Amino acid sequence: MSQTDLNVAERLLSGDPEGFDEFVESYRRKLFQYSFLMCGHREDAEEVAQETLMRVFSNLDQLRDPQSLKSWVFRIAKNECLMKRRKSVFAPEHELSLEDLHPRAGSGGELQKIEIGDWSGLPDDAAQRSEYRRIIGEAIRDLPETYRAVILLRDVEELTTEEAASVLDISTDLVKTRLHRARLALRQKLDGYLRSEFQRQSEEVSHG
Amino acid sequence: MANDDCAGVFARLSEYLDRELPDLSCEEIERHISDCAPCVQFLESLRKSIDLTRGFSAEEQPSPMPDDVRERLRGLFETARARKR
Repeated sequence: MSQTDLNVAERLLSGDPEGFDEFVESYRRKLFQYSFLMCGHREDAEEVAQETLMRVFSNLDQLRDPQSLKSWVFRIAKNECLMKRRKSVFAPEHELSLEDLHPRAGSGGELQKIEIGDWSGLPDDAAQRSEYRRIIGEAIRDLPETYRAVILLRDVEELTTEEAASVLDISTDLVKTRLHRARLALRQKLDGYLRSEFQRQSEEVSHG
Repeated sequence: MANDDCAGVFARLSEYLDRELPDLSCEEIERHISDCAPCVQFLESLRKSIDLTRGFSAEEQPSPMPDDVRERLRGLFETARARKR
């Protein structure tokens, strides 16, 4: 959990009146995004976010440690999502294989021929740019559900391996395996995008 | 440089970046990487891709929260606080 999230959790639990508004504002967005990317329906995601907040506040007296607030909230959200049972519109469940996610070696097996896009050209503010937000959003949606859940909790929400494991009721080893494959799949998608972008740009330059 | 070495390194790069590997495995990876340009390139691209995902905020945002919902939540919050004391 990031320092900002921890500050929000501490203020909420200390009973600071501004802590309530701050928490609601931050988590209704986080919960909506998580549920939307997990279940794929806007309506369901709005409901999950609201139901989760209701449950959180109804049981808030049971929570003492600000460190465990975020994983506790997401555990409730995960269960609310499961209760929606509507079939996700995103990628169907399947295993991601490591072999498909590594860069390919040349036909002779020489690693020098591995093709990796030129990532040095990635703009510093890429995370704020809408074209990158769109491509990352698409890449996340294309992941099978079990991998998507892990990348949302570990990288997007920055929960620890142990926290993500407790939210999802799986082992830490499984969190690590799925996270790595999900990251490789995302990297591959971005790599493809960067390559086509730079090729387009260099063509524009050469055709002046 | 054998292809197998790179594959072995690739498989552990997330744990390496997350500092979840024992020292010995880190040293092994660093030794391999110091001598393997494609692995360095791959590691950098993975690192940048993870950075882009951190705190990712999708273009779809929730609708504003209705006032009555916010008030209900505030009521539950006050009740829970009172119970805790």
